[in-house]
Amino acid sequence: MFSAFDNFPALLIWLPLLGGILSFFMKQEGSARLTALISSILSLGVVVASFVLSDEKYMMLNQVSYVWLPGLRSSFGLVLDGLTKIVCLLTAVIFPIVLLVTKKDQYKNSNSFYGLLMLTQCGLMGVFMATDALVFYFFWELALIPVYFLSSIWGGEKRIKATFKFFIYTFIGSLFLLIGILYMYLATPDTSFGLVSFYNLQLSSVEQHWLFFLFFIAFAIKMPIFPLHTWQPEAYEQAPTTVTMIMSGVMVKMGLFGLIRWLLPLFPLAVKDFNTGIIIVIVIGMVYASLVAIYQDNLKKLIAYSSIAHIGLMAAGVFTLKDVAMQGAVLQMFNHGINIVALWIAAELIERQTGITKISDLGGIAQKAPLLSIFFVVAAMANIALPLTNAFVGEFMIFNGLYQFNPWIAAIAGLSIILSAVYTLNMIKNVFYGETVAATTGFCDIGKSHVFVFCAITILIFVAGIYPTPVFKMIHETTGIVLNRYSAL
Amino acid sequence: MNKFVFLIPILPLIGFLINGLGRNFLSRSAVVIIGCGALIASFATSILLFREVSSPDFTTQVITYFDFIKTAGLDIRFAFQVDQLSVLFLLIITGIGALIHIYSAAYMHEESVPNYARYFAYLNLFVFSMLLLVLGANFVVMFIGWEGVGLCSYLLIGYWFKNKDYNNAAKKAFVMNRIGDLGFLLAIFWMLSQYGTISYLELFPKISTAPATVITGITMLLFVGAMGKSAQIPLYTWLPDAMAGPTPVSALIHAATMVTAGIYMIARSNVMYSLAPHTQDVVAIIGAATGLLAATIALKQNDIKKVLAYSTVSQLGLMFMALGVGAYTAGVFHVMTHAFFKALLFLGAGSVIHAMHHQQDIMKMGGLKKYLPITHITFLIGCLAIAGIPPFAGFFSKDEILTAALEKNPIFYVLGVATSLMTAFYMFRLYFLTFSGKFRGTEEQKYHLHESPAAMTWPLTILAGFSILAGLIGIPKVFMEDGHLLANFLSPVVSSQSMEHPVVHLSHSLELGLMGAVLALILLMIFMAFKKYASLETAETSEAGIAKVLANKWYVDELYDAIIVKPLNKFSSFLSRIIDNKIIDGFVNGVGNAVLYSARQLRLLQSGQVGSYVLIMVICIIIFFIFQLFWKL
Repeated sequence: MFSAFDNFPALLIWLPLLGGILSFFMKQEGSARLTALISSILSLGVVVASFVLSDEKYMMLNQVSYVWLPGLRSSFGLVLDGLTKIVCLLTAVIFPIVLLVTKKDQYKNSNSFYGLLMLTQCGLMGVFMATDALVFYFFWELALIPVYFLSSIWGGEKRIKATFKFFIYTFIGSLFLLIGILYMYLATPDTSFGLVSFYNLQLSSVEQHWLFFLFFIAFAIKMPIFPLHTWQPEAYEQAPTTVTMIMSGVMVKMGLFGLIRWLLPLFPLAVKDFNTGIIIVIVIGMVYASLVAIYQDNLKKLIAYSSIAHIGLMAAGVFTLKDVAMQGAVLQMFNHGINIVALWIAAELIERQTGITKISDLGGIAQKAPLLSIFFVVAAMANIALPLTNAFVGEFMIFNGLYQFNPWIAAIAGLSIILSAVYTLNMIKNVFYGETVAATTGFCDIGKSHVFVFCAITILIFVAGIYPTPVFKMIHETTGIVLNRYSAL
Repeated sequence: MNKFVFLIPILPLIGFLINGLGRNFLSRSAVVIIGCGALIASFATSILLFREVSSPDFTTQVITYFDFIKTAGLDIRFAFQVDQLSVLFLLIITGIGALIHIYSAAYMHEESVPNYARYFAYLNLFVFSMLLLVLGANFVVMFIGWEGVGLCSYLLIGYWFKNKDYNNAAKKAFVMNRIGDLGFLLAIFWMLSQYGTISYLELFPKISTAPATVITGITMLLFVGAMGKSAQIPLYTWLPDAMAGPTPVSALIHAATMVTAGIYMIARSNVMYSLAPHTQDVVAIIGAATGLLAATIALKQNDIKKVLAYSTVSQLGLMFMALGVGAYTAGVFHVMTHAFFKALLFLGAGSVIHAMHHQQDIMKMGGLKKYLPITHITFLIGCLAIAGIPPFAGFFSKDEILTAALEKNPIFYVLGVATSLMTAFYMFRLYFLTFSGKFRGTEEQKYHLHESPAAMTWPLTILAGFSILAGLIGIPKVFMEDGHLLANFLSPVVSSQSMEHPVVHLSHSLELGLMGAVLALILLMIFMAFKKYASLETAETSEAGIAKVLANKWYVDELYDAIIVKPLNKFSSFLSRIIDNKIIDGFVNGVGNAVLYSARQLRLLQSGQVGSYVLIMVICIIIFFIFQLFWKL
């Protein structure tokens, strides 16, 4: 099936898979976690290597195509282009971070836990790199199913209901996606699943319209976009925080990635017809989610609704079909992943110490844990896109594109900038400032490994916020190719 | 010299990093040396830069450091612009900043060392952001500083973060600033899509290529940003609450520097505003109205810092009025003089509060001139300066604003004079209540009354000196033909539109006559304040009529609470509880339950009886045939 492993995409699939399988067979909790950690750090190393070795000479290292299911004309095609590199880097950064910060968490059958976690990483990498629709779908499901088990076995009290809803939602989305893929597969002249064959397919406007919705619903549920979002707050609240970090940091990017890699290039006529309507719905959803976030008294739900608003902005930026917004959205996919994981780490640390996620029962943590508070405030300020933090650049570009698309829509979406300040500062005020309360009197500050992780995140936040130019050099080619399909229309 | 420009903002940033990261390791004196040293060094560099800029053959210089966002048609560079306007602000920020840092070293001495270091770190970070704001060569760099100072203001207002009210004040400041920031951002996007650039030197020559409505729109949105940052109607209510922060912070951020950022922004883009007469009218009207409204509120405030806060809002209003009538130089001039005397007044207030052990109610003070001689004298100088008594600094800048207003529209002049008269009254009310008459506090407080240490009185003395002399760089034409040094200095960057096309021509004798009349009225106001408050025995109460309304700040906070905050909270609760949980999620759960229900019902069909299967089969066949029949038709 595979003939060589001397290239990056294949390594990024195999390393997590191998790490996962090894973890399954580890007897002790520590060794299972260590195996997972090592494999995830190796993956990170591979991604970084692919950044360094990315010029013409090493082109062949960054793409691969093996014969997979010749009868179906599906080949195991993977590629690491600019767009993919960014999301793969995000995946590769998030996993070690998550494994580092949750080392104190105890899980029953931890070997299965870490095994499934690595399987998720394998699935995510595959989704981002696939150049074959069947491979894409395969990994799409591979990323989903382990998360379902992780949440329903190791989750909170109401995990069954929450994960069931999550599963049904995403499963229905996947089903639509599969129908769409199969239709296109049968329509290609050479009956192939290859991305290039799909790109070259001449579809009528009517076909594009309903295929658009089959794909779009799958992606919209994954992101999620209002009004398909109600699985998310519960799932985030009930899943173990490790899994929540993966879901909110990386998995939601599957939907955004799907838009750029699959939806936009495949159905340009339909996108042209629907994008205004979709942007309007998304922008309403952004303001809506921000308003709902103001009311939330649960730390995790607040972060979840904040994420819905921010993801919505990226999706809206992609649909503007403006290069500046699309590049901003890609950059922001990375930044959002980093920032929200930092928020989750803090939420997890607070919950672990106090057992509380209810905001009104917390307070005064800044006195007890100044380091945690500083890092949290930095991440929160990045989350609300303060200049010189990473999210400012991304959101500035997205808003710029949105403004070019329609100034009024940009102005309404801009309300979320104000509202995000309201709920974020409320959260900081009620959780960290003020006098200590019963639950926080014995609160301890964070340990060395957390300081290390937070420092790494903080550095990423500022580096990406002050000097983002290298990222644009990497992604402008990909977004250019996507938008080229619209230049003729 | 260009090579060293980056030092001016970088030094405070380094100070921030050292004090911020080393807050648990540094000693108290190390913190002071780093915090103050960074500012003094930055000030020294600014002076060197000023010497270069003030030479006659200087031309505007842009120093580009790196590409910030360069892709997809955007070309935003991280660049500084050195010209007369930015250098003037550099001197104000670093000079007054250095004095306030030194003052803070003594004022904040009760804080524990880590908190002390945190305080200086925030203060340095603020100066860094403020310097970015004025040094930026394009609107994005200005915006970076713009939001940066907002963040520092938030952090410093909530510096004593254990106190709930302080935290609320900090939040209010940040959110209100963000409302303005949205306007600023939209203006940036509009400029980008209209002109393709936001760098001053490339943008301003191109301004007139756009239709007038576009320029009006952009300038209006920029002004929305200025409303938030510079506390103008309707976004002014955060500034009085911001007095929750330590008093030196109020002096530096909420009086001398940050709140003048809006004036800097408009002065910087004066080319655009001169082409947008409608916006200018709005700016002048909002400025005049804010000036008047805040002055009325200040008449009845009893908290020493609140009086000064409303006074700041009011003075900012006057500055905006000046900008609105096209007198940009006068606006910037008043920024400068105001920075001196308002910093002086706030620091003096801080000295009083320090002596009174955190008592801020002027009704419980009185007779302090015996105990705080230096504070008393310098505070009096500040009051004379803000009231506009010649030859103190405020007289010249205020007179220039009033003259410009009269040339444009007499209504603005009348409003400006009314504001000035009230200013004189409430400032001397404050002065007499604090320093004259009998002491009205407790015996305990009286026993502890003491003059502040030298680190606090020296900055007061220096600022008092500037409050006396600073006006002399802007002597009006009536007195000296070429006496306005500031106008000459700023002329390359600031157009003097109103001077060229005055609507009303003023003769010198009329101008002198009006000046004298206003001065007489101001003296009358001071006399009235003296009569009423100089020997007050018992606390004044404002429980009825207009006095009560003024004491309660026209109930604007209550109004905002009723029409914005509460409805917003109700709406978000409605969206969360009803729309999200009941309707959207209810629908999803409903579909889920319907599927489960039908599955349960369908299960009943599998009864295991052959008869029922046959029956279903027959029904299906019939349906199938009927379907086929219609299909063919």
